[in-house]
Amino acid sequence: MPVRVTIPTPLRSYAGKLDSAEFSAATVGEALSQLTTRFPDLRKHLFNDEGKLRSFVNVYVNDEDIRYLANQSTPTKEGDLISIIPSIAGGCSR
Amino acid sequence: MASTTQAGTGMKPAASLTNDEILRYSRHLIMPEVGMEGQLKLKNAKVLLIGTGGLGAPLGLYLAAAGVGHLGLVDFDVVDFTNLQRQVTFGSSDVGKSKSAAAQARLSNLNPAINVQSFETQLTSANALELFKEFDIIVDGTDNFPTRYLVNDACILLGKPNVYGSIFRFEGQVTVFGMPGGPCYRCLYPEPPPPGLVPSCAEGGVLGVLPGIVGSIQAMETIKLIIGRGDSLVGRLMLFDALGMKFRELKLRKNPHCPMCGTSRTIKKLIDYYEFCGVRGEESPASIMQVPEITPRELKARLDRGDDLYILDVREPHEFQICNLQGHLIPLGELTRRVHELDSSREIIAHCRSGKRSADAVDFLRKAGFRKVFNLKGGILAWSDEVDPTVPKY
Repeated sequence: MPVRVTIPTPLRSYAGKLDSAEFSAATVGEALSQLTTRFPDLRKHLFNDEGKLRSFVNVYVNDEDIRYLANQSTPTKEGDLISIIPSIAGGCSR
Repeated sequence: MASTTQAGTGMKPAASLTNDEILRYSRHLIMPEVGMEGQLKLKNAKVLLIGTGGLGAPLGLYLAAAGVGHLGLVDFDVVDFTNLQRQVTFGSSDVGKSKSAAAQARLSNLNPAINVQSFETQLTSANALELFKEFDIIVDGTDNFPTRYLVNDACILLGKPNVYGSIFRFEGQVTVFGMPGGPCYRCLYPEPPPPGLVPSCAEGGVLGVLPGIVGSIQAMETIKLIIGRGDSLVGRLMLFDALGMKFRELKLRKNPHCPMCGTSRTIKKLIDYYEFCGVRGEESPASIMQVPEITPRELKARLDRGDDLYILDVREPHEFQICNLQGHLIPLGELTRRVHELDSSREIIAHCRSGKRSADAVDFLRKAGFRKVFNLKGGILAWSDEVDPTVPKY
């Protein structure tokens, strides 16, 4: 199933500056796996060492958080939009 | 001048508007959605703004203009020249002044009919509950994760709404936390990113007008909560993409297992937020990797001596165009992929703008087996300060 994954601004430098990429995937997990295969530098920003999504990164299928669906097993259908929404805080460090 | 000021002083709520107020707010009063009733609610409202920077600027200006009767401004920072690109409450003559005091002066001038209180203090676990309790609504316009979690937790403990807005470069998020039955910040993000992972405005940059838009939306949400009109962003995460000029909305659910606001909450008091965010709690929250360093003066001496050094610049191409040390440019995000371009037999001096990104680069290269690699302490900013003041700072 062709699905599009949006790449958030803070992570675009690890994904060849792209703001989104298309994959053929049946679940969210498959799409993210293909994403991090194509852009290996993204992996450590999205997943911890045990392969779980880092808790300051949320993933949505269309407008629903996958934590309230089936997490990475959430099935996807053609035309779904998978959004990666990391925590942002604006930003100051001296 | 206002007749009865109220809010935060223990005085009775105002029961009416003065003739001056009726004239000032006439464009509100002639709208049935606001009217005298709504304007009185605004007059009697007490709103605390955490942060008077990029988000705090439109927030303060619009809430003052709207007639919010009591505004509190919390900020311990001073106005910096680089703030003027986006923090439009301030003018050039305010550089060096306390932000909360300068904002108080500006807002009081905009609307002498309201009470503006400045809190030139850092918000901490020791003072947050006491500070918040006098106010009805808290608006989060801060710029760091520890404070965001602190604001969230204090609001949940006190039962106060928290109008949240955040930005990064050209994107923003807005929602309302802390409403009865609604989610809190920890429902959205249970944990913060590790320090140094998400660049600051100084490192990542920000379109100046972006916090203007996002802060204005926060002001709108605050006013809607006060007058009780419209659909608030409770349970909705609004995302704004300035470059694409798109608004999106995602469902923001209350997490039933949230440790702060869930059914069996475990957090019942404020914690050490710097520790929670993995940060040491000093003035510069982002930790710098401990790697071998060279100071700008030492580097200059070695270059003058003719030492064979390879200068590696790990900034972005547009930064290189602002100023450079004629180094070899490999942006940090590309270093993993392009490490084969470096010769490990040579002595490599890595630099960036302020020394943080290059410290990460040195750490990475050392782990990759490079033995002769050093971080330029303080980056090109320190080079400008200590060696060559003709190099512009940015």
